[in-house]
Amino acid sequence: MKVSYFPGCTLRTKAKDLDRYARRSAEALGVELCEIEDWQCCGGVFVSAKDEIATKLSSVRALADAKAHGQPLVTVCSACHNVIKQTNHAMQTDPDFAAKVNRYMAQDKNPGEPYGGETEVIHYLELLRDKVGFDKIKAAVKNPLTGKKIAAYYGCMLLRPGKVMAFDDPENPSLMEDFIRALGAEPVIYPARNECCGGYVVLEDPESAEKKSRTVATSAESHGAEMIVTACPLCRYNLVKNGSSLPVVYFTELLAEALGVKEDSNAE
Amino acid sequence: MQNKTERQKEQILRMSGVNPLKCMRCGKCSGTCPSYDEMEYHPHQFVYMVETGDIEPLLKSESIYKCLSCFACVDRCPRGVEPAKLVEAVRILAIREKGGNHMTANDIPALSDADADLPQQALVSAMRKYSK
Repeated sequence: MKVSYFPGCTLRTKAKDLDRYARRSAEALGVELCEIEDWQCCGGVFVSAKDEIATKLSSVRALADAKAHGQPLVTVCSACHNVIKQTNHAMQTDPDFAAKVNRYMAQDKNPGEPYGGETEVIHYLELLRDKVGFDKIKAAVKNPLTGKKIAAYYGCMLLRPGKVMAFDDPENPSLMEDFIRALGAEPVIYPARNECCGGYVVLEDPESAEKKSRTVATSAESHGAEMIVTACPLCRYNLVKNGSSLPVVYFTELLAEALGVKEDSNAE
Repeated sequence: MQNKTERQKEQILRMSGVNPLKCMRCGKCSGTCPSYDEMEYHPHQFVYMVETGDIEPLLKSESIYKCLSCFACVDRCPRGVEPAKLVEAVRILAIREKGGNHMTANDIPALSDADADLPQQALVSAMRKYSK
């Protein structure tokens, strides 16, 4: 199976593990991640104002590229996923916005046909659930994480706005818990798993971000977790910076470990 | 001719696509807001104050920089009002003014030097939220 792949800015720099283990695991599961040529940063947050056009062009360029290749677009970072999926939704549902975007796009060096939201945007976790299947992953596990108690941290961006993201039940998600079970570990359900870590506000008001991250980490700790897994580099940063007593690990690292591909056979 | 407040209100409603008249004043948005304690004006107040045209205090308030855009208020509103979109529209109105940037590219070197672990994602997100 071939899919278009959008890594995003942080996966090339501070979150290389998130990217590296996503690639190795995909290969082990028979999925070819075709990195979009010359992809541009999504901007990190979706600007909900309807008259903001230029801030959404990088997402549309990636979406149009995937469309031209006839492939779904796969993201790994929660933020890229949120921005690109919300942009795609706006392209599908807001003709006035889509017309303005396409007038900008027509100015690009090699403009393609107008884009209208045709590409399917899926997060890597959805790829595992819907395209690969957790049964197949379970069968491919070489090092089951038996007995490990793992808290899935969804945060906000994978889940909300629920009607647009359509990732899972935004108030009672189960995708990451099913993922953890497929790897042989035991998911820990805790109340703050879909609350915000404080996000970018860490630059504006570090105390505010600290309070939010603490709430999440304490909630996971007090429910008996030994580890927190996340898909988001900023969630990970906020939790680690604000003293989570538990290790905070990218879900792709856990997957690569269970699949037995964490150590690269080819030298990098 | 419209006065300035009416123009601002119209622009906020157009940018956000929000209809504040749908609000039934239950307060659930503010009840679920993780930044409630940090905000001078809370999500339900944004809805009411935009509706009544009391916009100037919102534009001047630090509250517009405290919203996390976590969309908890959007998903949990029983009437589909989407208060976060109003907060965003007010903030954009403030930063689009000349000299209104709350953060500039000049602030970035100091921020990234201060913490080697800071992910790019934090910088690009904050720039997009606080700067035009």
